[in-house]
Amino acid sequence: MDLLIFQAPILMVQASMDGILLGILFALIAYGMALQWGVMNIINIAQGELVIMGGYIAYFMYLSGIHPAFGVIVSPIIMYCVGWGMYKLVINKVVDKDLFTSILATFGISILAQQLMNFAFGADVVVAQSNFGTTMLFNNSVTLPNAKIFSGAVCVISAIILVIYMKKSKLGRAIRATAQNARAAKILGVDTEKVYAATFGINAALCGIAGACIAITFTLHPYTGLPYTVRSFMIVIIAGLGNLPAVAISGMGLGVFEEWSDYLLGTEFRIAAVFSLLVIILVYRRFKLARKREYLK
Amino acid sequence: MKIRNIIITLISAITLLISTSTISFAKVVGDKIILGAAVSLTGKYSSNGVHTQNGYNLAVERINSMGGVKVGGKTYKFDIIYYDDESNSGRAAQLAERLIQQDGVKYMLGPYSSGLTKAMAPVTEKYEVPMVEANGASRSLFTKGYKYLFAVLAPANLYLDVAIDLAVEKNGGKPVTIAMAFEQDAFSQDVRLGIVEAAKRTGSKIIIDDKLPKELNDMAATLSKVKATNPDVLVVSGHTKGALTAIRQISEMKVDVKMLAMTHCDAAKLSKQHGKASEYALCASQWHKSLSYKDKFFGGGMKYDADFTKAFGYAPPYQAAESSAALLVYKDAFERAQSFDTKKVRDALAATDMQTFYGNIKFAEGGQNVSKPMVLFQVSCNDDGSKCENKVVAPTKWASAELVHPIPSWSKR
Repeated sequence: MDLLIFQAPILMVQASMDGILLGILFALIAYGMALQWGVMNIINIAQGELVIMGGYIAYFMYLSGIHPAFGVIVSPIIMYCVGWGMYKLVINKVVDKDLFTSILATFGISILAQQLMNFAFGADVVVAQSNFGTTMLFNNSVTLPNAKIFSGAVCVISAIILVIYMKKSKLGRAIRATAQNARAAKILGVDTEKVYAATFGINAALCGIAGACIAITFTLHPYTGLPYTVRSFMIVIIAGLGNLPAVAISGMGLGVFEEWSDYLLGTEFRIAAVFSLLVIILVYRRFKLARKREYLK
Repeated sequence: MKIRNIIITLISAITLLISTSTISFAKVVGDKIILGAAVSLTGKYSSNGVHTQNGYNLAVERINSMGGVKVGGKTYKFDIIYYDDESNSGRAAQLAERLIQQDGVKYMLGPYSSGLTKAMAPVTEKYEVPMVEANGASRSLFTKGYKYLFAVLAPANLYLDVAIDLAVEKNGGKPVTIAMAFEQDAFSQDVRLGIVEAAKRTGSKIIIDDKLPKELNDMAATLSKVKATNPDVLVVSGHTKGALTAIRQISEMKVDVKMLAMTHCDAAKLSKQHGKASEYALCASQWHKSLSYKDKFFGGGMKYDADFTKAFGYAPPYQAAESSAALLVYKDAFERAQSFDTKKVRDALAATDMQTFYGNIKFAEGGQNVSKPMVLFQVSCNDDGSKCENKVVAPTKWASAELVHPIPSWSKR
């Protein structure tokens, strides 16, 4: 297997490109998670279900004859409302409780969402066809599905828009202020309740965009949300909160690492390799932090 | 004092156990033979669970309306108690216990999927209750020495080995190179074993052997390897998700192979969801409506297809057809046993040798059906891809179309 690198070096380019495009998608979901984790200190276990829900919106547009690519516009709007409603119904009751309570609450939401989607949309695996075709590079040996390129571009654009929005707009400033110190922001007149609801809504909207991309690049099923939750959780842990470039880089790095280990070691080692990497990074970071503490003493 | 307490507890526990296990319920109420079934009406198997239930119901209705079951000069009708196992194997085992212990069911029908059948079989075996199942193909079900388990379908290792034989035949009898990608679950790994055996038998070489993680829907890396090594046959099995992912990425990455063999094309509605991209895929199926098997209840496959579509509003996948066949087997066994004694019914089931619209049924020692071969169909589309059909291409006896081999390359499609 390890000879594969030399046999067909061009396919390493293929694996890297696939990895980057996959990683961008994960990074967008992770950014949403980092945002609401940073602002509200809630780890959203239902993140993957929000993604799948967004995907189904694009799928139903496809079924009714609209091109599923428009899902990247419609899906975030609907998902913003879903996120907002979810906040008002459940999350606002656990937002100032400890982490354990909110994890349990979002875990419950995730199971409920799975069952509801299963009930409403059926248990069939579905795909939406974009018919975007394929871009061939290097004498046809590297193939890039245009749908994946499209999703990558959409993710990058939405991330850029979000960053600008967070910097320039009033709500963006309020969100950042709340993230830094919710109590101080409240004293200074920020309606934190509204900020929380908006943050959760924005997170859901980001998931909606990612979901619409997944509908045209991968497959949808009510129970397949978990991998997206796990990946975004990993990326956030590696990158830290509120650091978009780090989220983007670790997202893409993770994607490339996944595809490479799949390609070189075999598919059965793909997940194992990713989790081994996570363990190594966590141990390394702990080691580094421990050294720092010693130094500070 | 302590010892006395322990002894008393022990004795009362044993009496309780004996008293509950010897209570005999009526398994035949009035003129009704009660069958028990746990099927997945919710959860991840719910679509196939519903196909299973619809298949059972159609057969019950048909048998009852055509004179029912004649035992000892009296006519009985079938009735099924259903529970929803929530696609959860733990729940399935509980429900089997409940059906037998509380509801007094003495004859069981199988659930959907190998995993759930595996969970229920030890329970039915313990109570010596016969179970005719139609949706558990994993080979491990038939190697445990179960005496009361009967499967109307061919075991999983026979799903795709025909495809390898076919590829060798098309290669002028010379061995071929094989790339495989299988999900890591009992069923897909059994399919894999079948391929490994077929490769050994024909001297073919396996050059890629990837195991797909359950949670993933990306096989780009596997397909890159396929492109690099250019095998004669690509075999993919990973339930509906695997089938849909494979077709999507093969068409996007323009992977050219001479033969693409898969499972679950029917259940994934492959040709409907992917259209022309799924053309030429070779799919394993337990049943196809164009097969010429016959019985007096459903006529042939075409008639079954029409009746099922009329009753439920969609064309029957093979999961429904095999479920209906399970009821025909029960009826036949009861009439031959002329008794409701579970042991006699079990022996009659073991001696089954019949033809149904679904295929010939004869059980081997392990309970699997050995007299019905798998069929392979190939997806064939019209020029603009608006209409795709599944056409049986192997075995030759049932073939309604010629196999397209090798698959035209993507640049020519």
